[in-house]
Amino acid sequence: MDFMTLLQVLDSTVRLATPLLLACLAGLYSERAGIFDIGLEGKMLAAAFFSAAVAYMSGSVWLGLLAGIGASVVLSILHGLASITFRGNQLISGVAINFLAAGMTVLVAQSWFAQGGRTPSLTGAARFDPITLPLAETLQNVPILGPIYHELISGHSILVYLAFLMVPGTWWLLYRTRFGLRLRAVGENPAAVDTAGVSVVALRYAAVLICGVLCGIAGAYLATALQAGFVKDMTAGRGFIALAALIFAKWRPWYALSACLLFGLLQAVALRYQNIDLGSFVIPVQVMDALPYILTVVILAGFVGRAIPPRAGGEPYVKER
Amino acid sequence: MTLMQKFLGAAAGVALSAGAALAEPALIFDLGGKFDKSFNEAAFNGAQRWAEETGGKFLEIELQSEAQREQALRRFAEAGANPVITTGFAFATPVEAVAGDYPDTKFVNIDGWMPEVPANVQLIGFQEHQGSYLVGMMAAMASKTGTVGFIGGMDIPLIRHFGCGYAQGAKAVNPDIKIVANMTGTTPTAWNDPVKGSELTKAQIAQGADVIYAAAGGTGVGVLQTAADEGILSIGVDSNQNHLHPGKVLTSMLKRVDVAVYNSMKAGADLETGGFTILGLAEDGVGVAMDENNASLVTDEMKAAVEDARAKIISGDINVVAYYENDSCPAHDF
Repeated sequence: MDFMTLLQVLDSTVRLATPLLLACLAGLYSERAGIFDIGLEGKMLAAAFFSAAVAYMSGSVWLGLLAGIGASVVLSILHGLASITFRGNQLISGVAINFLAAGMTVLVAQSWFAQGGRTPSLTGAARFDPITLPLAETLQNVPILGPIYHELISGHSILVYLAFLMVPGTWWLLYRTRFGLRLRAVGENPAAVDTAGVSVVALRYAAVLICGVLCGIAGAYLATALQAGFVKDMTAGRGFIALAALIFAKWRPWYALSACLLFGLLQAVALRYQNIDLGSFVIPVQVMDALPYILTVVILAGFVGRAIPPRAGGEPYVKER
Repeated sequence: MTLMQKFLGAAAGVALSAGAALAEPALIFDLGGKFDKSFNEAAFNGAQRWAEETGGKFLEIELQSEAQREQALRRFAEAGANPVITTGFAFATPVEAVAGDYPDTKFVNIDGWMPEVPANVQLIGFQEHQGSYLVGMMAAMASKTGTVGFIGGMDIPLIRHFGCGYAQGAKAVNPDIKIVANMTGTTPTAWNDPVKGSELTKAQIAQGADVIYAAAGGTGVGVLQTAADEGILSIGVDSNQNHLHPGKVLTSMLKRVDVAVYNSMKAGADLETGGFTILGLAEDGVGVAMDENNASLVTDEMKAAVEDARAKIISGDINVVAYYENDSCPAHDF
């Protein structure tokens, strides 16, 4: 493999890892606050549709992004209502959101655009264009570092940079602020937070809302930056891979970055080299596709380190019994 | 008899009498969905054309899960629909199982295969490799880099069959041409993953491909989009997809599912059954799409070559090998 091929695979890794990273961080906020969220997929899907639909109708990708975030936040609030206010089962609520999004997006798309559950193709200002970082062209000819800067670091859409900035941002918010301390505490021991006079419900809603915003950006990235429009079921299981990455990352932001990059790399390699011929035997492409899930099971089974979920995760908080 | 059963019985009775009086044809779409811009949509267009021309009505259902196949067939048969048309190879087994129970109903399956065709079943197949051969020739003639790409959806023999015809066509024009072929996946999500389609397109462009043929359902939307963004040519499939990116889609390999559905509906209860109908180039069952959207891309040389090859395939002078013949392709190793 030559240097340029390596760069192209890594470039593809960055593109494929970005939606995973955003969804993974979204899940991190929610689950760190004690709300399991398997509705990441559904929220991304709804956001993908509404961002594409509004971007198409308004001609502005920024309005599209806002609409996508809005749609995802509405589903988040629904999840919050079901699991925080009404103390329902968080997994069931998440599954319901996935089904709701899968059906609703196609139905609304058909009724608005009559193109068979998809939006028309976006053009011009209705899409996020790749941005070229300063000096990328000038430095292009510098050996090694020039191509890395030009091919790998420059030339992505703004949402990619936003996603990567979210990693230190999340770390700082969770580990260096009072809000972060409380958020983590509410996922471990909500009774203690309550005793301290801080509202468990408000904190959990805040976490679920942040989750909605991040899923919204992830969905908008899929439909308006990576693609030019919405297609039925276009998230194709990325919300579930993000959940796997979250477990793989042991619910920590920097680990989340490496887990998502690893899973993105696996996808990029699987797409580039379908069957990897190692001389004596061939690794079929299915193995690469299944690896994220296999790795997660390995981690969960405790072979490599231990993944301990937030202690109060999945439990609705009841003040007095 | 419980109240529920009474209601069900009554409902079935009403459906039966209504159906018997009208004998409307029925159309069952496969899991890809009615508006997939490709295979199922072509079936729908054929039915729609029949309805507009005759003023008739047809029953239809879009499947949501595997389990509904037999159920949908039985419901339409019991409602008196005739003929019952199904799209997609996965319907062959349920049709085979159900057909014996409704000897007076005629069933049609497009793309399926059965070892023994029951007397009231008609199977319609297409010579996709012939159409793919022609677009392969056009791809090779349009390519400046000497590398052409193929992106399939789910890795099944049918899709390899498309790819195999394409590879043979490209090699016929330029024996040294390099063919890069990828499959999107091995599960049904591979039909609806445009993001993966885009990444595959970028990977193929990096390997030098400048014309890419997408036989991948909804995933193909991503392929065509990325090809248009990156300034290379793409080739659509099943329906005419030239209009999706005018001036950037070289052509589309047409599979006239619409004609098959239209003809079956037109024949109605008199449909001839009990065998296979194979639609190839000679029957205009497959072909290449030429319209105003790709007029600027297609040279006279290409047109002449395609016409010539078409005539030779029909007359038998050119033999396009089907992937099914021995589960391998002479022109490309998948």
